[in-house]
Amino acid sequence: MAWMAWTWATAGFFGVILLLLIIMTLLAIFRPETPRRGVLGFPTTRGDRLFVSLIGSAIIFVVWIRVSGADNLWYPTGIALLYAAAMFRFA
Amino acid sequence: MMDKPWSNRAWFFVIPVLVVVLFSSLLPMMTVVNYSVQDTMGQNHFFWNGAAWFQNLLDPTTDIGGRFASALVRNLIFSFVVLMIELPLGIAVAICIPRHGWKVGATLVLIALPLLIPWTVVGTIWEIFARQDIGLLGAALNGIGVHYNDTQDPTSAWATIVMMDVWHWTGMIALLSYAGLKAIPDAFYQAARIDGASRWSVFRNIELPKLQKVLVIAVLLRFMESFMIYTEPSVVTGGGPGEATSFLSLDLVKIALGQVDLGNAAAMSIVYYLITLTICWIFFTIMTQLDQRKGA
Repeated sequence: MAWMAWTWATAGFFGVILLLLIIMTLLAIFRPETPRRGVLGFPTTRGDRLFVSLIGSAIIFVVWIRVSGADNLWYPTGIALLYAAAMFRFA
Repeated sequence: MMDKPWSNRAWFFVIPVLVVVLFSSLLPMMTVVNYSVQDTMGQNHFFWNGAAWFQNLLDPTTDIGGRFASALVRNLIFSFVVLMIELPLGIAVAICIPRHGWKVGATLVLIALPLLIPWTVVGTIWEIFARQDIGLLGAALNGIGVHYNDTQDPTSAWATIVMMDVWHWTGMIALLSYAGLKAIPDAFYQAARIDGASRWSVFRNIELPKLQKVLVIAVLLRFMESFMIYTEPSVVTGGGPGEATSFLSLDLVKIALGQVDLGNAAAMSIVYYLITLTICWIFFTIMTQLDQRKGA
């Protein structure tokens, strides 16, 4: 494992992703759903909304770092969380 | 609702594939993420570096950032140019392919030939083809007075790379479009003939709409491959002259393996991956939506 050069931050990141996937799997088993059509204009499931949230958050961080540097990453974190919440509510 | 016993245990057969994917792509990708937030002096000893590599990469005033920005623009232009040539050309070729008789097989094999050649060999073929001393293309062009030198002149280098890609991949779009054209029932053509439709309006109102799905797949495949192109330009121009044909993958390999600059290369890989993934997802969504609208 040493060759993979783990850090607490990246381990936490992948841990959260894994946790999200497990939660999504359990939800899919115990609370099955049907896709719904929201602001994106096409039917989405929970999984779609999670994917759109994650990829959108990554883009938010890239744009933030591009525009105002990497000094304070709590702002893009907040924006990304708001965006994810909006996606889960309205997409 | 259902009386039949329901078992998902067949999913366990997927486990071997998952293990292979874990070692072949998931663990290496996680390692790249780990590298992207650390710096190293070698000896497998790493220091925390936060988001500094990303800041470096996304700031076009730095060396790496400038290279990344210009490689990205070059790559997008390249993808756009080859798509604009290959797509109409591929459709045109597909329309001209005979529909019956022995000529079908012969034509399809001829068109598929470039697709069967290993990519390094495609590069070598064009490298030799473009040489001004012995290459057919290079020597002939210079012979008739056209200044052409793909190792020194950026325009010649670009022309060579674009022509090579068109030669290599137009066949795939032609084959896909041909399959799409064959799937159109004869009744449509008969109706058009009865209405006295011109060849153009048959193409515009019957063939093109029916090809829509196939063409979305063709655009997706061609965009992705041209956006990630490495082998052929690496053999023909090596990214030169200067940086003229240095696309994202070529630059990435130079940074990662040429300069062993792991942090910058890792950050670049992740942003590159993010762009590819986003575009891929957009295409995938369009494709499935087209499917569902047709099914509805």
